[in-house]
Amino acid sequence: MAAEGTAKGRAGRAGSYGIIALFTIFSAFPFYWMLITTFKSTPDLLKRGNNPFLLNEPPTLEHLKVLFHDTLFGQWIWNTLFVGVLVVAITLLLAVPAGYALARVMGRTGEHLGIGIFLTYLVPPTLLFIPMSRIIGDLGLQDSLWSLVLVYPSFTIPFSTWLLMGFFKAIPKDLEEAAMIDGLSRFGAFVKVVIPISVAGILTTVIFTLTLVMQEFVYAITFITAVRNMTVSVGVPTFLVHGDVYFWGSLMAGCFISSVPVALLYNFFVDRFVTGFTMGAVKG
Amino acid sequence: MAIVETRDVLKMFGDVKAVDGVNLATNEGEFLVLLGPSGCGKTTLLRMIAGLEQPSSGDIVIGGQVVTALPPRARKIAMVFQSYALYPHMTVAKNIAFPLKAQGMAREEQGKRIEKSASMLGIGHLLHRKPRELSGGERQRVALARALVREPAVFLLDEPLSNLDAKLRTSARDELQQFQRQVATTTIYVTHDQVEAMGLGHRIAVMDAGRVRQLGTPQEVYHNPADTFVATFLGSPPMNLIETPEYSLGFRPENFLPREVYGKGDALLSLPCRVTRLEYLGSDRLVYAVTEGKLGGHRVISKLPSNISVFMQPGERHEFALPEKEFKFFDPHTGLRAAPRAL
Ligand SMILES: Nc1ncnc2c1ncn2[C@@H]1O[C@H](COP(=O)(O)OP(=O)(O)O)[C@@H](O)[C@H]1O
Ligand SMILES: [Mg+2]
Repeated sequence: MAAEGTAKGRAGRAGSYGIIALFTIFSAFPFYWMLITTFKSTPDLLKRGNNPFLLNEPPTLEHLKVLFHDTLFGQWIWNTLFVGVLVVAITLLLAVPAGYALARVMGRTGEHLGIGIFLTYLVPPTLLFIPMSRIIGDLGLQDSLWSLVLVYPSFTIPFSTWLLMGFFKAIPKDLEEAAMIDGLSRFGAFVKVVIPISVAGILTTVIFTLTLVMQEFVYAITFITAVRNMTVSVGVPTFLVHGDVYFWGSLMAGCFISSVPVALLYNFFVDRFVTGFTMGAVKG
Repeated sequence: MAIVETRDVLKMFGDVKAVDGVNLATNEGEFLVLLGPSGCGKTTLLRMIAGLEQPSSGDIVIGGQVVTALPPRARKIAMVFQSYALYPHMTVAKNIAFPLKAQGMAREEQGKRIEKSASMLGIGHLLHRKPRELSGGERQRVALARALVREPAVFLLDEPLSNLDAKLRTSARDELQQFQRQVATTTIYVTHDQVEAMGLGHRIAVMDAGRVRQLGTPQEVYHNPADTFVATFLGSPPMNLIETPEYSLGFRPENFLPREVYGKGDALLSLPCRVTRLEYLGSDRLVYAVTEGKLGGHRVISKLPSNISVFMQPGERHEFALPEKEFKFFDPHTGLRAAPRAL
C-alpha cells in the first residue's frame, strides 16, 4: 500500500525523522562539546554566566599549543598507533582461525569452549595486572611498549574469538563444501570464501580491538612509567590534570583528536556492517 | 564420464545408522535417482560419494579408482546443493569461473567455458549480477552452470528443484533431463518426490532407513516392486495391500475397477466392496471402499479414469474386480515379493 500521499504516512515519516534526529544529536553531542571546548579561551570556559554551548569570546589555539608543545601528545599518539596496529595484527592472526575452528570443526564442544573463552575476557585487569607484572618483569619488558603489545591480546583475543565465532557460524556450511568440491582444500575454502564473506565481522574485530587499546588504562599506567612511552589514555590525564586543576581545553582537544579517527573508520565501513552479506547465498 | 560404485557403504552418526550397507553401481552416463522418504539417508550417501562425509566403513569407487580416502576436490565430481550454495560475494560470472580458477585454467579458456555453459542454461544476461539479485529458478541454473563448466566425470544433485514453486519445477525438470541427456555425464540425483524420480531417472534406487530396497528402471520399480515398502511408497495413491496371515496381496488402484468395466474373457478376481468416499481429481476419480465377503474388511482404493462413467455413491455396495495378472504377492512376515499363488 502506498502510504506516501496520506496524512498518516506523512506523520509516520515525520515521526521517524524525529527519532533519527534525536539519536543523531545524542551521539554527535560529545564530539561537538569536545570541539567547542578545544577552541574556547580559559576565561570563557570558567565564567559562570556564559552560555556553555556557544563560543562567547573569540576562539583560541592556546589549548592545542599546550597539548602539542608542553606535552608529548604527538609521541603518545604514535605510541598508541604502534601498539594498536600490532595488537590488531596479533589478534586477527589468532582469533580468526580460533573462531573458525570453534564454529565449524569442533561442533558442540566448540560452542562450550567459545563461552569459556569469552568468560576469560571478563576477568578484570585490576586483578590480572599483578601476575602480569611478574611476567613482564621476568621478560624485562618494564617501561617498554612491547609489554602492552604482549598483554593487550590477552583480552582482545578472547572477545574477538567469540565475536568471530558468531560470524562464522552464520555462514552456511554449504558454501565451504561447494568450494571444496569446486577444487579447493578446506583451508583454501576458508581463505577464498569464508574470509571474504566475513569482512564485516573482521572489520568489527579490528575496530573493537583498536578502541580497547586506545582506552585501556590499568595496564598502561602499571607497566609504563617513562613519559616518552606513554599511550594517549595515560599521558593525557596524567599531564593535563594537575591535582584538582583540569586543563579542560587541552583535555578535550586530546580526546577529540584521538577519537575522531575511530569514528571515521567506523562510519567509512558502516555499510559493510549493515549489509546482510550472506543474503541470497542460500534458498530463495 | 565414469561409473560410480558404493561398496558396503555404512555411515553411523553416533548411534544413528544413517546409511546401512549400500551397494550401488551406476552405468556409464546414467541418470540414477536416489528416491526415498525424508531422513532415509539419501543426502548422507550422496555426501559420501562427494567426499564431504567419510563412510564409517565401505568404499566409494569412481571410474574404477577407490576414492574413499581422497578429498572432494580430487574426485572429478560436481555437486548442486539443495540450497544452491552460490558464493554471495561474487557475481554470477565469478561464481561459474570459480572451479576453473581453482584449477588454474588460463583466462581465455575460462571465458570460453563460462560463455558456453551460460548459454547452454540461458543465463548469459545474468553474468554481472550477484546471487541475491536472482530468482530461485535463475539461482538453480547458475548452480547448474557452475557444476557443468568444469566438465566433471560425475554430477551429484541434492533435491535441486525443491526450492522452486510447483509450476517452475515442472519446466525445470524438463530442462534438467534434456541437459543431462545432452552432456551424457553420469548423474546421481537425490529426491523424495516420486514424480521427479519417475520422470527423470534411467534407473531409480528406492531407499528406506539407510538401505536400498530396490534398484530398477521406473517401470520395474512401479510394476514389479521388490517389497511392500517400494509398492506402497510409489504410486499415487499407493498400491492396495490385502494382508492375510498366509500372504499379502498387492494391486494398483488403476487396475482395480468396477466389475462391469472388464470384458468376459479376462481372468478376474471379483471383490464386493462398500463405497465409503469419493474424490474427484479432474482427470480421475478415486473411490475409497472397504472390501466385503471372502477377503473382507480391508480398505482399498480404486482409481477410475474420467472416461469410465459408472455411477457410484458413498454407502452403496458395488462389485469391483481386478485381473489376476495384476496380482503382486508379498511375504506377510518379511514384506518381500513372493511367488504367485492361489488365493
Ligand atoms: N551430521 C549429522 N549428524 C547426525 N545425524 C545426522 C547428520 N546428518 C544426517 N543425520 C541423520 O542421518 C539420517 C539420514 O539423514 P539424511 O541423509 O539427511 O536423509 P535424507 O537426505 O534422506 O532426508 C537422519 O536420521 C539424520 O537425522
Ligand atoms: Mg536430504
